[in-house]
Amino acid sequence: MLSIKNLTVNVNDKQILKGINLEIKPGEIHAIMGPNGSGKSTLSHILSGKAGYTVTGGSVSYQGKDLLEMAPEIRAREGVFLAFQYPVEIPGVSNIYLLKAALNSIRKHHGQSEVDAMDFLTLVKDKVRLLEMDEKFLYRAVNEGFSGGEKKRNEILQMAILEPKLCILDETDSGLDIDALKVVAEGVNSLRAADRSFVMVTHYQRLLDYIKPDFVHVLAHGQIVKSGGAELALELEEKGYSWVEDSKAAV
Amino acid sequence: MTTAIASRYTAEYSTIAPTLPGQNLAWLTALRQQALTKFSAQGFPSLREEEWRYTNVSAIEKKLFSPSLIGQAQDIVPTDLLASYQLPDAWSVVLIDGHYCAELSVLEGLPATVTVMSIADALAQQPEIVERYINQAVNNDEHSLVAFNTAWFTDGLFVHVPAKVILEKPVQVLHVSTQGDLLASTRTVIVAEDMADIKVIETFVGLDIAYLSAAVTEVFVGLNADVTLYKMQCESDKAYHFCGIYVKQAKDARFTHHNFAFGALLARCDIHTDLDLASECELNGLYLGVNRQHIDNHTRINHLKPHGISRELYKGVLDDRARGVFQGRVIVAEDAQKTDSQMNNRNLLLSNDAEADTKPQLEIYADDVKCAHGVTVGQLDEKSIFYLQSRCVDEETARNMLTFAFANEMVDKIKIKSLHDQALEQVLIRFPQAGINKEWL
Repeated sequence: MLSIKNLTVNVNDKQILKGINLEIKPGEIHAIMGPNGSGKSTLSHILSGKAGYTVTGGSVSYQGKDLLEMAPEIRAREGVFLAFQYPVEIPGVSNIYLLKAALNSIRKHHGQSEVDAMDFLTLVKDKVRLLEMDEKFLYRAVNEGFSGGEKKRNEILQMAILEPKLCILDETDSGLDIDALKVVAEGVNSLRAADRSFVMVTHYQRLLDYIKPDFVHVLAHGQIVKSGGAELALELEEKGYSWVEDSKAAV
Repeated sequence: MTTAIASRYTAEYSTIAPTLPGQNLAWLTALRQQALTKFSAQGFPSLREEEWRYTNVSAIEKKLFSPSLIGQAQDIVPTDLLASYQLPDAWSVVLIDGHYCAELSVLEGLPATVTVMSIADALAQQPEIVERYINQAVNNDEHSLVAFNTAWFTDGLFVHVPAKVILEKPVQVLHVSTQGDLLASTRTVIVAEDMADIKVIETFVGLDIAYLSAAVTEVFVGLNADVTLYKMQCESDKAYHFCGIYVKQAKDARFTHHNFAFGALLARCDIHTDLDLASECELNGLYLGVNRQHIDNHTRINHLKPHGISRELYKGVLDDRARGVFQGRVIVAEDAQKTDSQMNNRNLLLSNDAEADTKPQLEIYADDVKCAHGVTVGQLDEKSIFYLQSRCVDEETARNMLTFAFANEMVDKIKIKSLHDQALEQVLIRFPQAGINKEWL
């Protein structure tokens, strides 16, 4: 699915990622944890194609293709989805409009015709129920005036409708109360599939109580300093990030 | 210099005056005469006046726009314009070249207690009530175009809604200009008595020629009454457009204005409202400038008494060499404690040659108030573009979508379906629509 090899990335001539290696197979859930400033968000941004980063070395291959060569919208149409840490408010564009535009872009990209209006509405309403959202949300402007929890839920709603292959969740648990977290986690869990992979970038271990990862990687100072199973997250919570940061220094 | 050229207008006045409505009314003749004297002394506004420093009207002085006189045949009935702009779900009063046209107006079913008629008819049939209101929300101390309008107006609209009457359908006044070098000077007076509720739409359109519209509207909102006024300025892109809207709000009165400035080569609109105790006003505006259009909006919100609320949002999208001007003043009198006021002006520049001049002014003489203002002039937000790209939308479509959305936020405030669709159409035809799917909106 995704193969990151020795990736190095600069922002304003400062090296942020210092040689990342990561293999993600279809169906796997990987959690990337780390303290603030470790490069977590840079990694999710570089995968989704945000401007402002310079790749200085290494490669990222997605389904056998060079991901870094693709424009952000092409990555999205090919099945890469970034759930934003801070979803953007877009007054004047309704949620339903954006969903339709996005879904039809994907279909066009794959040589399919536009989605039938009735089928689309049925699909969307199904997913709205799944995320325990009010249907009225669909006709409101994208994220405008939404609470933090509503914005995150809206990200997962988009993900559920667009059915991506690689889902990158950037700090999805920050700003969520426990009820909203459970709904979001259920939404994500319902999307788990043999051909769909997840990368969860998170500062907090709490999210992993609800979405169980197959692998946990700890990012510190721009490198993955430790990898393990779900139990690593618990160990981290117990011992704190200084534990892995220090162990890295000892190497 | 200014006065000398404007004197071409004043010199012509004596031939026009006998044709103007209300000749038999001494008070009106006196009012017009005062206005003429004021205009003769001042001429058209000049760049030296603070309120006009961004807007040069000398082009109007170089030409001579003359009113169409009663009895002059209208060769062309602008059926296309009527078909596009006359609202099906409203009572409508059609003014062609500054004169009421009964055949094209639709007033059937209007409640008997409500008056909707041309102001010329009102001056003939019920001059006492017109006299009570005309020139009471505005006076000749305003800039000279108000005096110009008072002296020159050939017709207009008079609306009177008695106390507690709620008009179910909106009233549209459709100003249509069909003659080159025409001056269409019209006066509108809208009176909503206590607890009345009315919605009025002022639409300005014209054939693809140069003409001058000069309209003044006075609105009186009674105790706890509610008036919503929409302005759709879709003039020909060769036209000059001036419009002043002057509002007096009584205690607890609500006034909402939606100002859409789409057309005209040069357009200037003034909106002034006086708020009494606990009255509320909402001023919304959208101006879209392309090519060399110059669009100037001036607002003045005058909080005279305590507990007033005002909300103002003006948005501009400027492309090519277009120029947008916004001057917004909020005045809070010493007595107007607990005033709550917010003013915002946001401009989107789509070209390096486009220009936005914005000047919000707060004048606060009370000490216990909540007043805020904000101004932005800029390009599209890169974060929003990336967000849309990450949702499969290509960059060009994302830019178009955001430009459209910026304007559409104001269109979406329109509560009348047919008018909403009209405004939406105006936005869509003015800006690149690649990637915007109308059917999905």
